[in-house]
Amino acid sequence: MVPVPIKGAGTNADPNRVGPMPDTDANASLSEKLTALLAVPVVLFFRLFEIPFRAVQRVGGIKAMPYVFLLPNLAFFGVFVVLPLFINFAFSLSGGTNIFLSDRVYTGTEQYEFLFDCANYLDPQTCREDRFWKAIFNTATFVFIQVTCLVILSLVTALILNRKIRARGFFRAVFFFPVLLSPVVVALIWKWILLRDGILNAFLVSIGLDRILFFVSPEWAMFWAIFVSIWSHMGFYMLILLAGLQAIPPDLYEAAEMDGTSPERVFWKITLPLLWPNMLVVVVLALIKGVQIFDEVFVLTGGGPGTATQFIVQYIYTTGFASRVQNFGLASAASVVLGVVLFALTVAQLAATRRKDDV
Amino acid sequence: MTLRLKTVLTGTALAMSVLATSAMAQTELRMTWYNDGNEGEVMRGLLDGFEAANPDITVVLDIVPYAAILEGLPVQLAAGQGPDLARVTDLGGLNEYYLDLTPYVSNPDYWEANFGPFLEWLRPTGNDSAISGFMTQLTVTGPYVNRTLFEQAGVDMPGDGATWGDWAAAANEVAAALDIPIPMAWDRSGHRVAGPAISMGAMMFDADGNPALVDQGLMDMATMLYDWHQDGTMSTELWGSVSGSTYLGANEDFANAQVVMYMSGSWQIPQFASTIGDAFDWWAVPAPCGPVACTGMPGGAALVALAGTEHPEEVGMLMEYLASEESLAEFYGQTLFIPGHLGLAAGGVDFATDDPRARHALETFAGAVPGISPIAFDLQGYPNNRVMFNALISRLGEAIVGELTLEQAFERMTQDVEQQLAEQARDQ
Repeated sequence: MVPVPIKGAGTNADPNRVGPMPDTDANASLSEKLTALLAVPVVLFFRLFEIPFRAVQRVGGIKAMPYVFLLPNLAFFGVFVVLPLFINFAFSLSGGTNIFLSDRVYTGTEQYEFLFDCANYLDPQTCREDRFWKAIFNTATFVFIQVTCLVILSLVTALILNRKIRARGFFRAVFFFPVLLSPVVVALIWKWILLRDGILNAFLVSIGLDRILFFVSPEWAMFWAIFVSIWSHMGFYMLILLAGLQAIPPDLYEAAEMDGTSPERVFWKITLPLLWPNMLVVVVLALIKGVQIFDEVFVLTGGGPGTATQFIVQYIYTTGFASRVQNFGLASAASVVLGVVLFALTVAQLAATRRKDDV
Repeated sequence: MTLRLKTVLTGTALAMSVLATSAMAQTELRMTWYNDGNEGEVMRGLLDGFEAANPDITVVLDIVPYAAILEGLPVQLAAGQGPDLARVTDLGGLNEYYLDLTPYVSNPDYWEANFGPFLEWLRPTGNDSAISGFMTQLTVTGPYVNRTLFEQAGVDMPGDGATWGDWAAAANEVAAALDIPIPMAWDRSGHRVAGPAISMGAMMFDADGNPALVDQGLMDMATMLYDWHQDGTMSTELWGSVSGSTYLGANEDFANAQVVMYMSGSWQIPQFASTIGDAFDWWAVPAPCGPVACTGMPGGAALVALAGTEHPEEVGMLMEYLASEESLAEFYGQTLFIPGHLGLAAGGVDFATDDPRARHALETFAGAVPGISPIAFDLQGYPNNRVMFNALISRLGEAIVGELTLEQAFERMTQDVEQQLAEQARDQ
């Protein structure tokens, strides 16, 4: 390993220097020497790494070096992602309330059979575990509406913010800002707005309308769960699409303009096809994120009214942790089902990315 | 090595060993605690006194949200990573993790004499001698009314022996006269429903002592609650706006005079004394009657010693100090909690309040204890009572918002209880 050279250290002549030269060479030399002196411990620290890395390289050769660098991350990923995946699967084949796998009773596929025990899969009331199926249907409804609206709104916003409008940077920041907020903060802010005595109801009353109890109506609760989710995530997807829009060569638009092509045709024939790889990534990412929805809706509606906004992750959390009898086996089985769905979506994402690379 | 260097090294080693010894001698105990009111402050004061008397023991008071006691603590304990002591409300549900303090306290008879009936709530089935902790508060469920609203509306408050129907009618009359949005509110909690259900005839257990949640008495009470949500006596906002067994209280609505009658319990007294004060007359009233009884549910929170502790002797010393009549008199007096110490309950506690409403509420709830139904005591002592409470509240909530019919809700309640108990039984 070669230590990174410290900029300005050991030299008076910096060809990249912009702006006025220092008053005297003596001053410059003194400050640069001081900087170099301060950098010595840093340089020494990094040189320490050279000893083991040289040894490893001598043993494994240069080809082994990428794996050496990957190893810490692989170990981290293995311990905190891959291993829990297998542990979770093992839990799903067990029953009882004991937390350690070694103390648990092997039940085979009983937990899965319990989850899938339904007379009619389209009617949760006929299912033994009705809440699991309600959560599945709620999640499907949420994902379908949320992802559709999210992608369309992100696209429209990206198209507008890609044009030369006034205060474009400001608006880009405004739309991106909610992405930076914690989901819990987002949900709490909207909850305060939507409560019986919240700002929105105060406004409705002030213009002579009746108060609406948003969290008591299943339709309103689902609407606001979707709305808040779109509001908080739209900026991220907008940014991906904006990057895609800016990567489209401008000469294509110039050619279209010279040909007198209508703006609609430009959008459908140039913008959308060239943006398609980004669109696919956005759709698949939004789908995965949508299926995993939990935190913000849990804080906003608590899953209510009834089970109207209870989604699959909340079902897993409630079954595994919030019940008096903490049913880790059933929760794990539901997690495995969710994992299978997410795996399918991830495969779709990989396929989409590959297609993007091919374009 | 020079003589000077040797001297310096030896000195350093000695100093470090002294430091290490003193650090080893210092025992740290962790107590997980939640607050309803000011009890955390009062407990800290008592702990400071204990630490002053025992300079080699430090007690760290970890104050956590109540949800962490219900959901996080059981997982911690199951994983063997729990604290030394904890304040819990699922008294029987966690009994497998309790430490039996009998060998570590100097006078077990004192505990039996003063905490006897409550020690039974903490004991595993079949054990009739373990001493695991004491009640930091004894609670009784029951209603509060906004008496000022009754006076302003010119409506008489129903008297002794009034039924839930009488109170609902009166609360509706007051709300209609004064345009109050919520005539009646109940905490969204199965424990709160259980007392009135027993008053309506619910037995909660079958002849063999097995849990039997759904019977005619419970169905009558649940139907009444369902009807109150349909006719506007109760607001769907409280019970209908969340899912599952999530607890929601109407204490803020009551404190803002948005509720005429509020079914909750004695633990609200210190909070109402500070948040409402004399803004209006918040008045505790005796539990309304059903055809069988006029009962609330007993309950409360206990400070328990946990078997996972590495310092059982120090925990025993601390529990002995905290459970002493002197410490508890100060604790109950400062917190305005109904004493869970029979000696203090009989002798009276000097409660640190001049508020006549608070004093009346304390008298009302303490006076209700003798009238509590034996079924209510049995239910409170049943380790899996939360399984029953959660099934009751979650399914009734789904019926109230229209996802289930009442018949479906009753059927699901029974299934939920059976399924959870069957899952638990796999461990045995």
